[in-house]
Amino acid sequence: MKIRPASDHSLLVSFGDTIAPTVHRQVLRLVRRLPGVPGIRNLNPAYASVLVSFNPLETDAAELAARIGEAAAAADEESLSEPRLIEVPVEYGGDAGPDLEEVAKFHGIPPTEVVALHSSADYLVYFLGFSPGFPYLGGMPEAIATPRLARPRRQVPAGSVAIGGSQTGIYPVASPGGWRIIGRTPLELFNPNRNPPVLLGIGDRLRFVPL
Amino acid sequence: MIQVVAPGFQTTVQDLGRYGYGHLGVSASGAADAFSLRAANLLVGNPEGAAALEMTLVGGTFVFERDAVAALAGSDFGVDHPMWEPFEIRAGEALRCGATRSGARCYLAVRGGVDVPLVMGSASTHLMTALGGLAGRALRKGDVLPIGNAAVRPPAHTTIPPPAMQSALRVTAGPQAEFFGRDFYDVEWGVTEESNRMGLRLRGPALEAHSGRMLTEGVSLGAVQVPPDGQPIILFVEHQTTGGYPKIANVISADLHAVGQLRPRDRVRFDRVSIETALRFLREQEGWLRVLA
Repeated sequence: MKIRPASDHSLLVSFGDTIAPTVHRQVLRLVRRLPGVPGIRNLNPAYASVLVSFNPLETDAAELAARIGEAAAAADEESLSEPRLIEVPVEYGGDAGPDLEEVAKFHGIPPTEVVALHSSADYLVYFLGFSPGFPYLGGMPEAIATPRLARPRRQVPAGSVAIGGSQTGIYPVASPGGWRIIGRTPLELFNPNRNPPVLLGIGDRLRFVPL
Repeated sequence: MIQVVAPGFQTTVQDLGRYGYGHLGVSASGAADAFSLRAANLLVGNPEGAAALEMTLVGGTFVFERDAVAALAGSDFGVDHPMWEPFEIRAGEALRCGATRSGARCYLAVRGGVDVPLVMGSASTHLMTALGGLAGRALRKGDVLPIGNAAVRPPAHTTIPPPAMQSALRVTAGPQAEFFGRDFYDVEWGVTEESNRMGLRLRGPALEAHSGRMLTEGVSLGAVQVPPDGQPIILFVEHQTTGGYPKIANVISADLHAVGQLRPRDRVRFDRVSIETALRFLREQEGWLRVLA
């Protein structure tokens, strides 16, 4: 583990440069521990790192780095509880998934095969990032990896399930986006008036279930 | 109550931001020029982080239902009241703000604060995700904003000097600074029209990354990221919480208010300083606000 300043108000804690469940568990353990450390304003976990933001007028970076080091050491001893399994119902194709046909054509397989592959995998929520509640998922079969759209859409409806390169994800809120939309879930992934506001959390397991 | 007679170009309710939700993908938002918002609040006797109005490039016209005490801070939007000191406004009187004569943003704080429901602990509008403020959007003609009772002390008798604008934005090295050469610091960059609260896109000679592969990672407020086209982007208050582009530098905390005052077509240079120097500038700046608190 390496801790270095990213700015005068943040530290970047990194666990190397690979995307792997073992690295993810180090990130997850640290994220579970850090809320107990005083002076932290925001945590941004990712595949193999955690960015820790603080108020530099109240918190000394060197002291915070030492506390993070202690938290990480203590976290290493901890065993993680069994992750939640969240089932995400998806209406594949049609108006809900306007790019399903294209994705199937790109791979030379029928759309039903894309759906079967996409919904048979066991996914891991590596972290939430980019926009509110957006899950970075690992585990999509390479057989349906598809390049992003040449021209991103101005508006992707909330709940859209999409493929971008070798990643798959769900758009929690309507936003512009360049991934290929293969379906839509009726689940609400982000609602600021709910507690917690997000449906998915870092470390969850996820399965897509065709409707 | 404050009645919005004309909203201006883009006026939003802001406070100091929504912290503690970065791990859910929610960036803090908050005032683009937090120094001016804090100053305006302190001048009217509010806590420094009370909700106030952030006006952008062209201000609005507001009618107050009752006598009120207000203060303006930030850029000069051509108002018939002094800036950087509290003033009284009579019931029925219209406060008219015009187009900017200096930077990008002017803050209007009202004694008692603007009273909107808190969303995830903050009144701040996050325009990109339609969160907080008044229905998650910029103000429109006909909107009515209640005034709260957030005041904690009498209005200030004093004024404060606006912060001196530096000729360059001061930055510390970013997490991937070693991917790049010195060219970033050698030239003047243009602020493009595609700049907003989410980020400021700059235009200049394309920067080349000499090395590097990186994984998507968390990004800091004020980070200067360089996408493959070599045109840097300053990630601002409504930034995406994670990103995969290398970050050459990060604007220092003491100069974030100056980023909030940059307008399209402004020119900007960058100066690299150490973190120790950055913190010294920040403590000096805090000293100016202390006289009000």
